[in-house]
Amino acid sequence: MIELDINGVRRRLDVEPDTPLLWALRDTLQLTGTKYGCGQALCGACTVHVDGTPVRACSVPVSSVVGRRIATIEAADRGRIGRAVQDAWRRLDVVQCGYCQSGQIMSAIALLARIRKPTDADIDGAMAGNLCRCATYQRIRAAIHEAARALG
Amino acid sequence: MTNANRNDIRNLSRRRFLQGGAGLTLGFCLPAAAAAPAAGPGKAGEGLAVPGAFTPNAFVRIGTDDTVTVISKHLEMGQGTYTGLATLLAEELDADWKTVAVEGAPADAARYNNLFWGPAQGTGGSTAMANSWEQMRKAGAAARAMLVAAAARRWGVPAAEITVRAGWVSHPASKRNARFGQLAADAAKEAVPAEVTLKDPREFRLIGRRAPRRDSAAKTDGTAMFTLDVRLPGMLVAVVAHPPRFGAKPKSFDAGRARSVKGVVDVVQIPQGVAVLARDTWSAKKGRDALSVTWDEQGAFRRGSEEILAGYRELAKKPGLVAGQAGDADGAFAKAAKLVSATYDFPYLAHAAMEPMNCVVRLAPEGLEVWNGEQMHTGDQHALAGLFGLKPEQVTIHTMYAGGSFGRRASKDADYVLEAAQIVKAIGGKAPVKMVWLREDDMRGGYYRPLFHHALEAALDAEGKLVGWRHRLVGQSILAGSPFESAMVKDGIDVVSVEGAANLPYSIPNLRVELHTPKDVGVPVLWWRSVGSSHTAYSTETFLDEVAAAMGRDPVALRLELLSGHPRHAAVLRVAAEKADWGRPLATAKAGDRRGRGVAVHESFNSFVAEVAEVTVGRDGGIRVDRVVCAVDCGTAINPDNIRSQVEGAVGFALSAALHQAITLTEGRVDQGNFDGFPLLRMGEMPKVEVHILPSEAPPTGIGEPAVPPLAPAVANAISAATGKRLRRMPFDLSSLKA
Ligand code: FES
Ligand code: FES
Repeated sequence: MIELDINGVRRRLDVEPDTPLLWALRDTLQLTGTKYGCGQALCGACTVHVDGTPVRACSVPVSSVVGRRIATIEAADRGRIGRAVQDAWRRLDVVQCGYCQSGQIMSAIALLARIRKPTDADIDGAMAGNLCRCATYQRIRAAIHEAARALG
Repeated sequence: MTNANRNDIRNLSRRRFLQGGAGLTLGFCLPAAAAAPAAGPGKAGEGLAVPGAFTPNAFVRIGTDDTVTVISKHLEMGQGTYTGLATLLAEELDADWKTVAVEGAPADAARYNNLFWGPAQGTGGSTAMANSWEQMRKAGAAARAMLVAAAARRWGVPAAEITVRAGWVSHPASKRNARFGQLAADAAKEAVPAEVTLKDPREFRLIGRRAPRRDSAAKTDGTAMFTLDVRLPGMLVAVVAHPPRFGAKPKSFDAGRARSVKGVVDVVQIPQGVAVLARDTWSAKKGRDALSVTWDEQGAFRRGSEEILAGYRELAKKPGLVAGQAGDADGAFAKAAKLVSATYDFPYLAHAAMEPMNCVVRLAPEGLEVWNGEQMHTGDQHALAGLFGLKPEQVTIHTMYAGGSFGRRASKDADYVLEAAQIVKAIGGKAPVKMVWLREDDMRGGYYRPLFHHALEAALDAEGKLVGWRHRLVGQSILAGSPFESAMVKDGIDVVSVEGAANLPYSIPNLRVELHTPKDVGVPVLWWRSVGSSHTAYSTETFLDEVAAAMGRDPVALRLELLSGHPRHAAVLRVAAEKADWGRPLATAKAGDRRGRGVAVHESFNSFVAEVAEVTVGRDGGIRVDRVVCAVDCGTAINPDNIRSQVEGAVGFALSAALHQAITLTEGRVDQGNFDGFPLLRMGEMPKVEVHILPSEAPPTGIGEPAVPPLAPAVANAISAATGKRLRRMPFDLSSLKA
């Protein structure tokens, strides 16, 4: 048994310690908002926050995040920044297929928590690990700026 | 509403359909319980299975809670179809957009066929809006007429005095109002109108305006359900060991170590490989890693992509089948004063949808149930029925949101869906199975955009006029062996191999286009966003630029002159050139950088797109596409913001391929497995995209694909303007651009 703090709730999981956090979230806890895209930390679809920092859940074994605060897309609307980001995403209709967007949003929230008024270069850097096959990048950039504006 | 009533409506609808009515099937139904099920994907046939609850009719359902649920016969894979189809129906219904929800239709070709595909249901070729344009509006108008009739009867007033607006039915003279939900029960008893009049486009309130996407909320809070998110009671997850080469099969396997992995439940052989079934994905993957399989490679394809290409280059020296001709091409070349020639190479390309292919299958006594980002309903339904000896209608398909497709899910042989079903069959249907392709399975799984080689020649006469054009293409046929072969392969010419080349819009008096279709290459190929135009637009539009340079002509001016017979091409070209300040010098680059502007125009799927790219090339050959100005004519713009979104995405998708992507083979094995070997464009590489939509009253045409083809040639032409270098191989070899 492994105990994890996920979205503010302690969850006991019967998984092997080498299980990537991604599959524990998706298959064991049915938190399916976090997506699988590559399994190799190459695409960012699985991005979650561990103690506020964006990490690729596909490449983090559950044993390494015991005692840390894990936050997923399902809890993105609990904070002011998360709500501003989701709002901007919806106002600009950023999504296409939507599959990468949980990860994009989690990376964007972490960026805005760190830098309140990110420049285009900040965005290029913070979002470089989040691939979008539908190439919604132009709107992602605009939505991050829009969320930053809304946050004042 | 009684069951008898409901059946009447359904039967009436079916009858009308068989009489050739334009799919005017619709109806109203009341929920037995008050709560309306949340709309979304994966609801196929649920209402039908619950007597007394909702009965989903063909295209619309109105709940007592005012929810207008539009049933989409087309897959939502990112292109905005759910929103577009709902816009059409809601427009004529005069619904309140905020109450509109969308649900994927079940597989049922009788009600949900693609009107451009005859009796088959499916999504592709950018046809969703075009084939539904009248059908969905008529469905909405008929629903509106029944609501009006019900209100007229209830209030005892003439129907002609009743107005409908944003989900309200009103009789202004007597100041009476009712919401759709309050009229739903009565409207269900009204006769389906035989004829409906559609709005004058000037009355449109949703079409041509911004109707926000219906899937934005679910796709930004993690609740949107993709196939990979489906979980059924008792479900097992299967990860499959696939053969290392196309055409190989499993011979034997040792599952000892795999079975000892915790969570692994079973290991079974299927025709395509060996499947490891486990309680969860990670255990199934570990099980597969522990498996050892011996492959029977007798029928395996063993050539590498460079060998395939070398063979194609040889073939291109010989005449092929004639796919298009005008005048006397050879005569023109014999008399030519000047010749221009070039050859082009295009690699295999993977679709690499962000959600790797996967599928959920459950065998039940009544039949088979499937959850999938379903793009080829009818074909998949028949293939699955065949495997289990069922009737097609015993196969229920729940259409989930698809995490991208770009053509991949429009399988011509039900490949991955059938693979999931084979696993269920191999375990005797004892548990539902979610078959998951990991990224490597998806990328190495074939069904690529075919590798192509093109050879082009142009003849100029003594006055420097373009008088001859010869174009020879070599590449595998996508349609061969598909259900579309008989309709779309004519005299040995696969129309999608030569689309965009055989129908070159330029008025050149003497022209010949020839095709070689090698049949000895065992790499499975498939349509990839924009299909043949993904390579023909590149070769024709960059070659025309070379010809313009040889003639000393401006690329836009020459195109406009040669497009005299094609006003829609010319119109988008003019707009793109004007908005991009064509002809005005570009802002100067910083020292060492070179800048250039390039243009391309192309028609695909009956839409016309011109793009002007501005590019900066660094001293080291690195390039940056700064800006892309696009002009689009896709007929009536149903949802301008979605058109912009699709064009922006198409630019990024096409630029990914131009800069980064190739699937290569070494001795038959695919070299790439993940995004390290097959990179996608990243945020920092995305150009600024501007989209200009030409006003049009023509019926709507496609927009999911048509902005892909012009991008790479526009960028290549811009690079050439900056550096003088011509790029004739995809992806671009940037090392050749060093200063
Ligand atoms: S799935 Fe984790 S980075 Fe791609
Ligand atoms: S929206 Fe489809 S991959 Fe990003």
